[in-house]
Order: sequence, then C-alpha cells, then structure tokens
Amino acid sequence: MRITQGCFSFLPDLDDTQITAQVDYCLEKGWAIGIEYTDDPHPRNTYWEMWGNPMFDLRDAKGVMMELDDCRKAHGQSYIRLIAFHDERGFETVRMSFIVNRPDTEPTIHMQRTDTSGRAQSYAWDVRR
Amino acid sequence: MDSAVPKTVDLAAEYEASGVAEVLRELDEELIGLEPVKRRIRETAALLLVDRARRDMGLSHETPTLHMSFTGNPGTGKTTVALKMAGLLHRLGYVRKGHLVSVTRDDLVGQYIGHTAPKTKEVLKKAMGGVLFIDEAYYLYRPDNERDYGQEAIEILLQVMENNRDDLVVIMAGYADRMDKFFSANPGFRSRIAHHIEFPDYSDAELLRISERMLEEQNYVLSAGAALALKEYIDLRRKQPHFANARSIRNALDRARLRQANRLFQTAKGPLDAEQLSTIGEEDIRASRVFRGGLDVDRPAEGEKA
Repeated sequence: MRITQGCFSFLPDLDDTQITAQVDYCLEKGWAIGIEYTDDPHPRNTYWEMWGNPMFDLRDAKGVMMELDDCRKAHGQSYIRLIAFHDERGFETVRMSFIVNRPDTEPTIHMQRTDTSGRAQSYAWDVRR
Repeated sequence: MDSAVPKTVDLAAEYEASGVAEVLRELDEELIGLEPVKRRIRETAALLLVDRARRDMGLSHETPTLHMSFTGNPGTGKTTVALKMAGLLHRLGYVRKGHLVSVTRDDLVGQYIGHTAPKTKEVLKKAMGGVLFIDEAYYLYRPDNERDYGQEAIEILLQVMENNRDDLVVIMAGYADRMDKFFSANPGFRSRIAHHIEFPDYSDAELLRISERMLEEQNYVLSAGAALALKEYIDLRRKQPHFANARSIRNALDRARLRQANRLFQTAKGPLDAEQLSTIGEEDIRASRVFRGGLDVDRPAEGEKA
C-alpha cells in the first residue's frame, strides 16, 4: 500500500532532478535540510532515524544529493524523507517534508476495530508486511 | 537543447552578455598592480568563453578542469582574486551558485580517527556549486608524521576534484616554494590542477596607491608630510621580517588612525572640523616603531624595566 505523508506523496515519485529543484527551493528560503529514514511508516511514528546532522549553510542542492545517495546505498529498502527546517523565530519548525525513497514492496497498514464498553468502538493501526 | 545548435557565435557579444566583461573591468579597477595575474585571468576567461561556445555548438562535451593554484607571498590579494574568480566562473556558468568557501587545514582535518572524513565532507557540501578556497594548502600534508590525518583529507579532496568537476572548483593558495613542494609530494594534485597563477609582490609605488585607496574608502586623507613618511615607511617595512604586502599596509594605516585619534584627543582644545578629523598627519606615521628599527622595539630590552 502506498504510504502518503508529507508533500507530493499523491504524485508519482519525484526523480532526482525534481528532488534537486525542490531542495534548491528550500535552500533559497534559507531552510536547513535533514535526511531521515525509517522502516516503520506508521503515521504515529513521527521521529525517524536521522541520517547525519541536518545540513546548515548549504548553498547548492548537490551537497544534499550526495548525502541522499549515500543514505540510499545504506538504506535502499527503507523510507527516506527530506525535511526542511526553518530556524526563524516564530517558526522554528519543519516547513516542508517529502518522501524521496520507498521500499520496493511497501508494507500495508492494517486497521483493527475493537468493541469496548457499551457500544463504543476503538480503532488501532499497525504496519503489516 | 540539441534542436537549436547555433551555426555561428559572436564572441564579443557573448563576452558582454555573459557579464564577464564587467567582472574583468571590476578586477582592473579595484585591484592595483598584479598585471601578470590579470593577464592570466583574462586568458582563462577567454578560454572558458570559447569553450562554452564550442559546447553550445556540440564540439566538446567535457567540463574543462578548472581547479587552480594561487601562489604568492602573503597580502598579495589571493583571496580577493579568488572571490572575483568565483564571480567570473558563475557568470560563465561553470559553477551554479558562485559563492566562495574559504578554509584552512583546521576546517578540513579532524583531531582523532574518524573525525576527518565527516569534517572534510561537511566543508565540501557547503562548497558545492561554488568555489572552495584552501588557504595555505600545504599544511594539509605533513611528511614528518605519516599518521597525520591530513592525508585522509587529501584523498577525499582528490576524489571530489575528479568526480564532481561540474559541481565545484577548488583553488589552493599559499607561498610559491612550499606549494611546489606540496605538489611534488602529491602528484595527484598537480595533474588535477590546470591553472597555476603566480602572484607577484607589490612595488612601493603600488603599495602607496593601495594605501591611498584604503584611506579614501574610509574618508581619510594623508597630509603632504604623511604621504612622504608613508613612502619611507613602506621602503623600511619591506626590509623587516613578516612583511605581508597590502596586509602590512592595512595594519599600518589602522595603527596610524589609532594614533591620530589619540593625538586629537590629547591635544585638541576647541571644536574640531571634518578636515582635522580626517587628516592623518606626518607625526601619526612617523611614530611607528618601523622607523626605529622594527618590531623588537616594543619589547623592553633585557634588564630594562618594562
């Protein structure tokens, strides 16, 4: 099942030229790019593993793409996303995030419905391979 | 791209349109002296312009090797020219962003095992799309210590200089003799660097013009006596150790301004006008220790009370 989260996830996967263009856009805005990966795409899994430190003071997307290539080599069968952090006061948060790598076969997210007290129901999701 | 291959090229028009002319004009106007350097840069610019035209016509596909080495004594304008070079390469489209990242050994080489590679990579990532300026590059290589981490930085640099020729240009700078030794010990660098540019020392007259330019920028003028004193100063300073061309002159002028401010503060009785505030007098320059035999004078002699 195709995981959709962050920007562009309903579009076909971005190729490297498109990723470069997006990264250049972020750098132009003065955002710092970080690379993160995970094998657990559960929506509640907010904090992914960091691939190195976020990259501050870059001017060109090539630096990010080099790191991304390294990360793909090491974690080709994981989800990899780029996050753009905005450090201006008032924001100080991630402004943009998008998935740049997916495993060949994506896990499914399964929903479990449970009856609880009375006629109430609760829902839980888990990732199944 | 290949649908519209131009049949002819007007180099003069290209020259103006690319903004190269502007950079070279700036170079001529802002930098005093350095004739051989300017000539080399003009030649390089011509080469790159022609190369770009050839690429547009589909005659060549390879990115030319653009890595350079700047050799010369301290204070001869290597960093300033590197900055201009970055602008030039950017206008010609050989680097995408055209910024200059200036580093020394400390920024590239780590302090313990496994520290060097990430540090060097970090710098390289920042320099991507621009120019990496490595000042005193020979410090990277320490032949006396075979376990020095500099070697690791050199290997990464060489690899990037080869593989990422489209993405960044490396300029290495330093004293001529030590750079020669560095290149002969690291043949990999010599073969990857296409342009060796030599920076000559400034003549006395050029240094005087440089100092006038520096003062002009800060709205100071030299009195007639001060101009003569400065001329003498340059002549004397050149013979003393640690002479760093334009940088020495800048420091001398900074100290002269300090003395002038002190003099005004201590001697002024009434209100001062703009002319007094911006004139550097002869005494401000003559007070320099350079006129009294040099740098050692500051330190009290043995046995003398400080």
